[in-house]
Amino acid sequence: MAKRKLQEINAGSMADIAFLLLIFFLVTTTMESNYGIRRKLPPPVDKNQPPPPVIKKKNVLEIVINGQDKMLIEEEPAKVKDVKRIAIAFITNNGKDPKSSDNPQKAVISIKHSRETSYKMYISVYNELIAAYNDIRNRYAKQKYGKPFDKLTEDEQKAVKDAYPQKIAESLPKS
Amino acid sequence: MSKFSKKKDSGTPAISTASLPDIVFMLLFFFMVATVMRENGERKVTVRMPSADQVKKIEKKGLVSFIYVGTPIKKYQTKYGKEPRIQLDDAFANVSDVGPFVLKERAAKREEEKPLMITSIKADENVGMGIITDIKEELRKVNALKVNYSTRKGEVFSNFKR
Repeated sequence: MAKRKLQEINAGSMADIAFLLLIFFLVTTTMESNYGIRRKLPPPVDKNQPPPPVIKKKNVLEIVINGQDKMLIEEEPAKVKDVKRIAIAFITNNGKDPKSSDNPQKAVISIKHSRETSYKMYISVYNELIAAYNDIRNRYAKQKYGKPFDKLTEDEQKAVKDAYPQKIAESLPKS
Repeated sequence: MSKFSKKKDSGTPAISTASLPDIVFMLLFFFMVATVMRENGERKVTVRMPSADQVKKIEKKGLVSFIYVGTPIKKYQTKYGKEPRIQLDDAFANVSDVGPFVLKERAAKREEEKPLMITSIKADENVGMGIITDIKEELRKVNALKVNYSTRKGEVFSNFKR
């Protein structure tokens, strides 16, 4: 019996089918960038908890933003571009200026805003404060370990964080 | 004449397209893997996030619950007005719905994943801080303390140029 030659399946249209699927996925793909500022909220307040210890006024950098996005830092008008410089000066004061912070561990930055303050203003100020902390930590890391902060090991990072803890307090806006 | 016809026979052979499907499949698989099917249906509020540069990337997308805040899109403005609203999943919500929403999300996760969960607030740059503060208070009540303010990557000063 003569064996019939097996007919080859034409694979030419496979590419078309694959293209069709490809285009579908191309269209539905959303390369969503998921960037953001990380923040840990303070735990809910327990009513039986003793009130927090009073912090000396000179150890608090008071930032107030009103409903028109105008900002006061320590009762002086300020712009977003000044925030980082002022924050760095405040945190790294180490008691030099008697009106500023005693040392970085004690330095607290307090943000007060009203309900009408815009989100972008808040994020901008917040971002600048984090930038200030990152700057200081980077400088300290380079000085102590000769490497930038994010190249350090976990233990070293912790040491740097302990030296310059990020203390940003927010109070509820009064309405 | 035969001289020419001979030449025709030995012309350059056609390029084989047999490997074309393979290439296309490779691309296809890449996009299949990279695609995130948006589970939260349609976006009902317009969100234009502010920019910031001290940002971190969220790695585990599965552990993030999103809260959208912004003005309703045109279609819904007659019904919901132009004031900023919260969108959870694919519906408008009130501030008081935020807590139950986070608890529901948390209940769906495995036990060891629960402490790693992050709530991401995607808010429009022009919404007031009042609504954001209310959301944060709700989150504190249900102990969802890890918060991420979603932003675009960029200079903060560009927030005020427009």
